[in-house]
Amino acid sequence: MKLPVLTALALVLAAPLAAQQAAPSPAPAPPPAAPAADAGLSGAVSDESDWQDLGIAIPAFATDADVPTQASAGSTAALGYSVAAVITADLKNNGLFKPVGPDALPRPAFAEVQAPAYAGWRSRSAEMLVQGYVRAGADGQVTVGCYLYDVALGQQLAKAGWTVAPGDWRRAAHKCADMVYSRLSGESPFFDSRIAYIAETGPKDRRMKRLAIMDSDGANHRYLTTGQATALTPRYSPDYKSILYLSYFNGQPRIYIYNLETNTQRLLLSSQNPVFAPRWSPDGKWVLYSMAIAGNTDIYKLPSAGGASIKLTDSPGIDIGGSFSPDGSRIVFESDRSGSQQVYVMNADGTDQKRISFFGGRSATPEWSPRGDQIAFTHIAGNLRIGVMSPSGGEMRYLTDSWQDEAPTWAPNGRIIQFFRTARGSGKTGIWQVDLTGRNERKLDTPVDGSDPAWGPLRP
Amino acid sequence: MTKPRMRTLALLLTGAAALAACAPKAPKILPPDPGNAVSTDTSGGGGVQGPVPGTQADFVAQMMGQDTIYFDTDKYNIDAADQAALAAQAQWLAKYPGKKATIEGHCDERGTREYNLALGERRANAAKNYLVSLGIDASRISTISQGKEHPIALGSDEASWSKNRRAVTITID
Repeated sequence: MKLPVLTALALVLAAPLAAQQAAPSPAPAPPPAAPAADAGLSGAVSDESDWQDLGIAIPAFATDADVPTQASAGSTAALGYSVAAVITADLKNNGLFKPVGPDALPRPAFAEVQAPAYAGWRSRSAEMLVQGYVRAGADGQVTVGCYLYDVALGQQLAKAGWTVAPGDWRRAAHKCADMVYSRLSGESPFFDSRIAYIAETGPKDRRMKRLAIMDSDGANHRYLTTGQATALTPRYSPDYKSILYLSYFNGQPRIYIYNLETNTQRLLLSSQNPVFAPRWSPDGKWVLYSMAIAGNTDIYKLPSAGGASIKLTDSPGIDIGGSFSPDGSRIVFESDRSGSQQVYVMNADGTDQKRISFFGGRSATPEWSPRGDQIAFTHIAGNLRIGVMSPSGGEMRYLTDSWQDEAPTWAPNGRIIQFFRTARGSGKTGIWQVDLTGRNERKLDTPVDGSDPAWGPLRP
Repeated sequence: MTKPRMRTLALLLTGAAALAACAPKAPKILPPDPGNAVSTDTSGGGGVQGPVPGTQADFVAQMMGQDTIYFDTDKYNIDAADQAALAAQAQWLAKYPGKKATIEGHCDERGTREYNLALGERRANAAKNYLVSLGIDASRISTISQGKEHPIALGSDEASWSKNRRAVTITID
């Protein structure tokens, strides 16, 4: 699989000339530098610009020959349509852009892919054009080419291609969406990634909780456990080969490592004591866990290749969780040593423990952004809400405002956060996501209720 | 034919109980144990009135609600009502010195999941420590945290939450 090398050039090119055909919607709070025409919908990648005004046309990808493939989407022509649909959904569902997909657009001929009919797209008020092709290889592999054009300038902005096994065709679509997103926003990609979470069913007092995984858009969903034992708090390993999670398998809460290649699992460590809150270091070499001895919980770290545990905290209170800074040098964690749950930072060897949350109420479940610049957490003051703060505890702001939102997890690019929301009364749960502006919030589609999302890194 | 099968089932059931009311089952304390049907005891099982002395069903019946103690939000201290309940539990445990027990710690839904796992463990341990202080051998009592995963009162209001912040003692048949 070739990787597109993407540089984050500032996007001066994208000055919108014409309004898109989408109906203008006089929404409140237009951003400061709103484009002249058709200002409106909120929903920006960053606070400075309003990408939803950018008309992106994504017609069905062309093919040189419509031949059958092993892919679930069917022949290369059918695949070309589906690839464009996945790209459209990626860009739209995250509140980033307002793309127009293959349903509403003519499919370009194969020869047009590298020589767009700019005039035709201009007449459709498209400012950006994503087109590409799907080709079946003799070896059964599928090649997807992806091109991004600035229609107004009549210029190619980016291109990339991927050869994938037929079963991985959606990954090629996500890679293409990532290329477009990165090129237009200047941010790092994130669509080609997976999410582990807990699938929940059943009444409030007897919820069945199963370990499950899915792509970032909810596709390729799979249950990993049967639900006979309650599963909680999964974390994907950085290489996607295994998942750490808590299970009541054998009756007691312990951490297991689920091996995704063999579909087997083993205890992280055997202990007479309850062990919970598993975490990986960014390089996958360390595992953090929390263990209660005689009711007192402390945080430990353990080499993932095996070895002796190192105790990192030693307070009489509950010290739990933990999330490494991206460079692995520090750990943000939760402790009630002050009398209530608060967020602390320490060095990765446990030294220099300092409280950073002083917001009133309680602060819990801190997660360090993969960019390093922010810490997401759950703030408890009556309701539970998702907030972010700087690593020194400054610039706290809420991203959500609901009855009970908890357990944030970061998109690989540090621009979007997922969390789970519990409904008052019924106790039903759902996975939601919100961007850093707090304005683009949506519920993810999961087959059943979901909690404890854990977003893995960008796939190579 | 049916006999051995029954016995296996009974063994499995006791095994499950020994594993401390684990699993995704509801906490087992509430409705008085259906009792004899599940018992491995082949001789005395037929009694029609009242649970067999020394069984979990007997414990539940004798405790009259005092098999459970309750906590304030985020707290794990043993107050006067808890002391009375634990004293009653200790009395029963002293009467049946062969019996072991598991204490399940629970929390209300208004906290984060992992913290509640730790808090439930702390509550269960507070109850255990008090029983030990009353002379019950520590080796007879195990603890397990269920965090906020198994509420007993299903509302989202203070009345329900106060019932869910609890430690439940379950003796092992």
